[in-house]
Amino acid sequence: MNRKNKSYDLIMKALIWIFSAVTLVFFLLVTGFIIIKGAPQISWSFLTDIYKVTADKHGILPMMVNTVYLILITLLISVPVGIFAAIYLVEYAKPGKIVSVIRFTTETLAGIPSIVYGLFGLIFFVSFLKLDWSILSGALTLSIMVLPVIIRTTEESLKTVPREYKEGSLALGATRLRTIFKIILPNAISGILAAVILSIGRIVGETAALLFTSGIVPKIAQSIFNSGRTMSLHLYLLVTEGISTDEAYGTAFVLLVIVIVINRLSAYLAGRLRKRLQGGSAE
Amino acid sequence: MIKVRTKDLNLHYGDHHALKDISMDIEENKVTALIGPSGCGKSTFLKSLNRMNDLIPICRIEGLVTLDGVDIYKDVNVVELRKKIGMVFQKPNPFPMSIYDNITYGPKTHGIRKKSMLDEIVERSLRDAVLWDEVKDRLRKSALSLSGGQQQRLCIARTLSVEPEVMLMDEPTSALDPISTLKIEDLISELKKNYTIIIVTHNMQQAGRISDNTAFFLLGEVIEFGETENIFNVPTDKRTEDYITGRFG
Repeated sequence: MNRKNKSYDLIMKALIWIFSAVTLVFFLLVTGFIIIKGAPQISWSFLTDIYKVTADKHGILPMMVNTVYLILITLLISVPVGIFAAIYLVEYAKPGKIVSVIRFTTETLAGIPSIVYGLFGLIFFVSFLKLDWSILSGALTLSIMVLPVIIRTTEESLKTVPREYKEGSLALGATRLRTIFKIILPNAISGILAAVILSIGRIVGETAALLFTSGIVPKIAQSIFNSGRTMSLHLYLLVTEGISTDEAYGTAFVLLVIVIVINRLSAYLAGRLRKRLQGGSAE
Repeated sequence: MIKVRTKDLNLHYGDHHALKDISMDIEENKVTALIGPSGCGKSTFLKSLNRMNDLIPICRIEGLVTLDGVDIYKDVNVVELRKKIGMVFQKPNPFPMSIYDNITYGPKTHGIRKKSMLDEIVERSLRDAVLWDEVKDRLRKSALSLSGGQQQRLCIARTLSVEPEVMLMDEPTSALDPISTLKIEDLISELKKNYTIIIVTHNMQQAGRISDNTAFFLLGEVIEFGETENIFNVPTDKRTEDYITGRFG
């Protein structure tokens, strides 16, 4: 290596280090700030009390339950639809007009601002289908929002399954369907789970779309047909209505913890699932 | 006895005429080697015998392929066909699951569920593929933990598990070391007592060692087809002679 190359190498290395450090600093700054401001707000009553408008301090239990509720219902709707759509696109669809239209649609859907989804949800699910402001309206709206992510990510992970596995299965007389369910899907499971985690992130963080669809009632939703305020929405309302900045930090802290827990749990489940599906561990 | 017969088999990939008027009679319980330079249509021919080319949308096939006199493109369903005609691939491709599950995948596909029966199939298939002694204590371990040669024998065992009649092998030893290669060759000589074997190989010595009949492919045509000994010692076509003696290919 001559001197010019050497200094070039050095500069690039330094840049990479600096940018990595910047990313890390921002991450630490944000989480640190929330932890410092939010952690002191956490108390047993904060976590387990219901929300009383007249009270001095409010609990966030209803929002926590509603958030989990909304996540589950949304995933229940979007994950199966997304996986089957991805399977269709990768394994069955012949390249052509229809596929390119579907691709174009999913990519466009992914770029639409969430407030637009909210407006659509309000007009279609809440008014037209008369689902009212409810967990179901919210979940349906969010399902449309996360579907592109699930389809794209699942598609990519299906494509990474080696062709040799598929050929081996077909050559043994397995049908295409059996090959998909026994060979291709199990090997794509980590990609699919990544899609699910990304979706959870979007659901947890969503406010605009939910304001119009799942509503802001600060009570535990008794069924999917009831309105229920989620944590992000709660955070937004606490600040915009000037109720309590401290409680907002507390809520943000809990939100952060929930996201981390869900993340770790999914990774753990992915590992377990893969092991079970593939039998025995590679040494 | 003729096991597999092709008559005027033509295959096109889009505009490319990949196989031209292939007519071959493949004898039962013999090893038939397909030789020829890369891209001459050997593998394509092999895949047309168990209809693996069906996967390729732009592939068009004309002519006749029969198994025991039955047209495999008209009168057989593809699941039954692939049960009768097994295939071993160039690169060992065990599924990323346990050794046991690799073997039982085929039988389960065809409806066998009983544990005792599956156990029996696993042992028989692995014994027939001369792998049993090496893996009997770790059947639940991942197949990917095996060496390349073992993996390929596992793939052969996996093919045997559904009791095929014909085995297609697409350069099964090209990714293996010499010792593993020899083991597979011994295995092939053993297997031909019970199975009809069609093997694509780039290795002339291998074709000479293990096959009874040899077909020489060139640019999508069969130039010469006959007993291996004759093809290698007294080839009738100049091109065959040139290829075998290493003048091209």
